[in-house]
Amino acid sequence: MPTATEKFNHADDATAFVANHARAKWHDQALWFVRQKRDRMANSLPEWEALRETASSIKAYTIAHLAELLEQFERQATKLGAHVHFAKDAAEHNEIVLGILQQHGVKKAAKSKSMLTEECHLNPFLNRHGIDVVDTDLGEWIVQLRNEPPSHIVLPAIHIKREEVGELFHEKIGTEKGASDPTYLARAARRKLRETFMEAEAGITGVNFAVAETGGFVVCTNEGNADLGVSLPKLHIACLGIEKLIPQAKHLAVFLRLLARSATGQPITTYSSHFHGPRPGGELHIVLVDNGRTDILRSDEFRRSLNCIRCGACMNTCPVYRRSGGHSYQSTIPGPIGSILAPSRDAETYYSLPYACSLCGSCDDVCPVKIDIHHQLLTWRREIAVRGYLPWSKRLSMRMMSLVLRRPWLYRLAGSLGRFALRWSPRFMIYNGLNAWGKQRELPLAPKQSFRALYRQRQAKNGKS
Amino acid sequence: MSSSSKDQILAAIRRQQLPPRELPPLDFAPLVYDDPQQHYTETLTGIGGRVVVANSIEDVQRDLDQHDLYVEARQICSLVPGIARANVDLDALDDPHQAETIEFAVLPAKFAVAENGALWVTDENVKHRVIYFICQHLAFVVPRDQILSNMHQAYERLSFDSPGFGAFIAGPSKTADIEQSLVIGAHGPKSTVVYLLG
Repeated sequence: MPTATEKFNHADDATAFVANHARAKWHDQALWFVRQKRDRMANSLPEWEALRETASSIKAYTIAHLAELLEQFERQATKLGAHVHFAKDAAEHNEIVLGILQQHGVKKAAKSKSMLTEECHLNPFLNRHGIDVVDTDLGEWIVQLRNEPPSHIVLPAIHIKREEVGELFHEKIGTEKGASDPTYLARAARRKLRETFMEAEAGITGVNFAVAETGGFVVCTNEGNADLGVSLPKLHIACLGIEKLIPQAKHLAVFLRLLARSATGQPITTYSSHFHGPRPGGELHIVLVDNGRTDILRSDEFRRSLNCIRCGACMNTCPVYRRSGGHSYQSTIPGPIGSILAPSRDAETYYSLPYACSLCGSCDDVCPVKIDIHHQLLTWRREIAVRGYLPWSKRLSMRMMSLVLRRPWLYRLAGSLGRFALRWSPRFMIYNGLNAWGKQRELPLAPKQSFRALYRQRQAKNGKS
Repeated sequence: MSSSSKDQILAAIRRQQLPPRELPPLDFAPLVYDDPQQHYTETLTGIGGRVVVANSIEDVQRDLDQHDLYVEARQICSLVPGIARANVDLDALDDPHQAETIEFAVLPAKFAVAENGALWVTDENVKHRVIYFICQHLAFVVPRDQILSNMHQAYERLSFDSPGFGAFIAGPSKTADIEQSLVIGAHGPKSTVVYLLG
């Protein structure tokens, strides 16, 4: 979360990120590699587009019938022996989780990756109440040890280099100094986190899909951390946003086929675990969280952003995300989808995120549930301007632009003035703080003539008037 | 507390009357393989698993005997009848934490899915489901005639009307969280072999 004292602007944080050119390039390529894996997987299924279309329709159905589906899920889950809780907001979610943990005298909990608990800032809350929460997904554990938030929803440590992980592990768990081999480091983490799994008195997980028809839910991981975390202790707490519901079990086929292929270019995650009720002798709590989702549901413009299954494909493909890093969004969910969701929560603070977009539309093309992401970002820009959240510099330049674009004579005049100025002005007149387009790049050489003049000449040469 | 939050959330949803919709029919033709076994083998091999065709349980045993991970394991648990050297009885363990020292497990799976290399397993007759995740190395035995092409066929087989646990497991546990470098063996088993039996 941005601090209140300084107004957050994505471009400022992105500037800091790209200042290290080599690193920004490395980040860009790491994500593009994942995007290419996704393409190979998508292309291997002839029915890929039919799957996306179906998934989108299932989600639209879910949102249109969400109240009934939630009631059905609660009924079914309760019948299976689970305890179902509803939380209006992050604070209530955290209180519910704390209450359950305290009731069982839990001092240490193993958590698997969950963007919802990140959104609710559950870890610091539980820490303040004397409960130790360990994030057990390797990437998530790395960022937890570094005391920073994940920079990507599927690849939490994508911004960190192996040497930095080596340094961190040397300091925190005593691996050899200078060791940076991923296998060596991952094995060291495995040994350390095994201790956590053995000690934890509760497992906390997120949820990928909850099935209204059956009252069960599915958790997907590659590492097996969620399953270890909830199969050893007696207590399992599963936290999910209310939009994670799907109507029927057979719909899982559609979503499981799309999820991992879109996320990391795998045919499926290693583990897709289906939990229906507590295990024998255990206790299962399910916490359904609103935290602003019903507000989004009531908005005709942004409702479809609730389709999101958190695969991260829009981040991997986004030219802005790849070159500005997840932390520059200062929001739990970064990237294109995060730039829709964050202003839905607080448009004034996150006014700059819908502008962190070139409107190229690549996100729409890869989204497995066909959210019209770039259209929604454009809609947010209008909304933010209407609500008056733009800084004066942007407001002024927009007003100037509209002044010029509405008057053809002024547009022509501005064009010729611009072409003259760009050719003949001294450097300091063009490359200065007022011209954002001249930062870190050379402007193209201005043509001598306008397009109109060129076109007139061509027509004259071809003997047409 | 929570009942009133529930009412408020449901009321907030219902304030926005959205036109009812129809569920889409799942009527597209999913990919079906001419030779699911071959595709399963390719897929699982591609994600770090090993596939062995076995005509009998003796074949399974012969293959196990050739591998150090099994031969050198001190604690072996098998839920497949006829496997030698199994010396840990899962049913005899009171607490799942006791399974931590199991090095090798041989477990049955219900069916396999060719499109993604997954096996379907459940906690039916498995006292501690943690065995799927906590052992160091894992061998599965699945009937060779139970290889489906895709996940739609898989869910046609499944029903979830009573409490229980089930999972699709595709290969050994893995992570790519350090610079996108694939490491096989994250928190769960470090290796997986699948015996296609029959």
